[in-house]
Amino acid sequence: MMKTFTQLKRNVNKKPEGLKKIKVALLGDTATQFLNIALKGTAIDEGFDLEVFEADFGQISRQILDPTSEYYDFNADYTIIFESSHKLLSQYYKSYDSQLNFAQDKINYIEELYNTIQNRTKSKVVYCNFAGIDNQIFGNFANKVESSFVFQQNKLNYLLSELAVKKNNLFIADLLSIQNKWGRNFMFSPNIYVNTEMVLSLDVLPIVSHHMVSILSSVEGKFKKCLILDLDNTTWGGIIGDDGLEKIQIGSLGIGKAFTELQQWVKALQKRGVIIAVCSKNDEDKAKEPFEKHPDMILKMDDIAVFVANWDNKADNIRKIQSILNIGFDSMVFLDDNPFERNIVRENLPDVCVPELPEDPAEYLEYLYGLNLFETASFSENDAERTKQYQIEAERAIALDSFTNVEDFLKSMNMMSDVQAFNNFSKPRVSQLTQRSNQFNLRTVRYTEQDVEDLMNSENHHTISFTLVDKYGDNGLICVIVLEKKDVETLFIETWLMSCRVLKRGMEEFTLNTIVEIAKKNGFKYVVGEYLPTAKNQMVKDHYERLGFEEQEDKWVLNVDDYQSKQVYIINKN
Amino acid sequence: MNKDEILGKLTTIFHEELDNDDIVLSFETTADDIEEWDSLSHIQLIVAVEKAFKVRFTSSEIQSWNNVGEMIDCIIAK
Repeated sequence: MMKTFTQLKRNVNKKPEGLKKIKVALLGDTATQFLNIALKGTAIDEGFDLEVFEADFGQISRQILDPTSEYYDFNADYTIIFESSHKLLSQYYKSYDSQLNFAQDKINYIEELYNTIQNRTKSKVVYCNFAGIDNQIFGNFANKVESSFVFQQNKLNYLLSELAVKKNNLFIADLLSIQNKWGRNFMFSPNIYVNTEMVLSLDVLPIVSHHMVSILSSVEGKFKKCLILDLDNTTWGGIIGDDGLEKIQIGSLGIGKAFTELQQWVKALQKRGVIIAVCSKNDEDKAKEPFEKHPDMILKMDDIAVFVANWDNKADNIRKIQSILNIGFDSMVFLDDNPFERNIVRENLPDVCVPELPEDPAEYLEYLYGLNLFETASFSENDAERTKQYQIEAERAIALDSFTNVEDFLKSMNMMSDVQAFNNFSKPRVSQLTQRSNQFNLRTVRYTEQDVEDLMNSENHHTISFTLVDKYGDNGLICVIVLEKKDVETLFIETWLMSCRVLKRGMEEFTLNTIVEIAKKNGFKYVVGEYLPTAKNQMVKDHYERLGFEEQEDKWVLNVDDYQSKQVYIINKN
Repeated sequence: MNKDEILGKLTTIFHEELDNDDIVLSFETTADDIEEWDSLSHIQLIVAVEKAFKVRFTSSEIQSWNNVGEMIDCIIAK
């Protein structure tokens, strides 16, 4: 599934047109030319065209500390800093007097680099952690010697993660985990290192660059949101229709352990906010039986957002799941043990990610661990609720059918919205929503938590977030507005995005009423909106026109004085 | 495997790694003769040759060859 370095290099030479451009600065203390090529090649397959500024190696501090450096001229969107454990070890050897404080000193230096970058640019920082070297000075006993390199390196990796928790724009490229998975001898070739000063082997470059590009992609809003599972021999061993409830392999039966552990993994993903769906060739009642009755099933019906079991073509069924969830095909992963089914889905829905599962179910998990499928750039408490929200959405869809007119339906929903300026509580969710929303997103501006915080403190911006509760349940924070003062008369809608879960409830009108109220209260005459088309936001092409804005030079203008509040069935909680 | 057979196998590797099927290798070919063969792609070639012939070159061997023939001698000596 992953390309070789040679294939990635070929990718770069045959770059297609029209990819989204991202500026990346690559600063390393060893030779990074190959990493540069691998990053570009990997990004192309993810739909990005990386423009890379690669500093000469060993220039990390100079480039960052000198305000007139080429690095600042370049003005990167992302700064990847790759310090190697090799150089770390030689720094350690030189610091005889302060080995006990080595990790702490180093993390202070890293924090200073990060703060300097943040004071001067808007660049996100991707810092590599340190793939371990055991220099065998103490053997295992090193773990009991605080001044040993092994101890200090472990501590440094821990401190680096801790720093990333504190700093919103700092992301960790987890080279240590890559080494744990693939092994140091795979990752590092001494003969190549000696000849080139390159610490990553050619074989590991595609893996490392895949991890790094995944971080960029997820910050840019491109990541997997949904895992679709086949059942027989994928979720449990055996065939439920033939073997029956008691004989499917799960728990302690046969190779059941492999499937139980896979289910535990899937459940953990679900708790993290990944939507789980089922797509299986089965009779529906038979397919549901294990979820409802088998004592060893980890996954229950409650964990599944959409359950499709029938004898139709799987590609059609995945289309059906897609239309219920209203997310892009490129954010879906489909797991199926059957190569034939996998190929049908690949041929019909090329955007869906279909891993080539190994033949032996015992290998499924380790194989999946190697793919880093579910990279994310955010996590909020709300994520665990997502499955429930999609299930409730299916209930709403059924309720809507029973009303003859939409107004009566909307009234019956008892909708209430909590309208607030961004604050420290909403910050993670606001940032996450800007990264996740593609369809109902007028300008598709992504904000990290740091960006959100800057907006909260900005004199030139009004920020608004909306939640939505109805009689079926709480949708959480579902709409984000950022307004920018352009001049004394004009308020510009820098961001207007909504979760597609709440379409057609009058939320657009309710939001506009709120925007105009704010404009009036602060003496603005005009509210100006803009639509920047992307591959995914066709849905809101006519958004401003529909709401009564008038077109002027590619922008949409609303005169505040003439505005009549729109009829809505949503109550403002405050 | 004799020298000519190795040369044939090397030619395929060069085509693949340097992405140019027009490259013609002889025992006398040097890096100067092939545009795509620079110090970086040299490493790519080394790794591919190591895999194809299941050998491991020492760091000084990697630097030592003056032409393809010497590379072949080195493979045979393993």
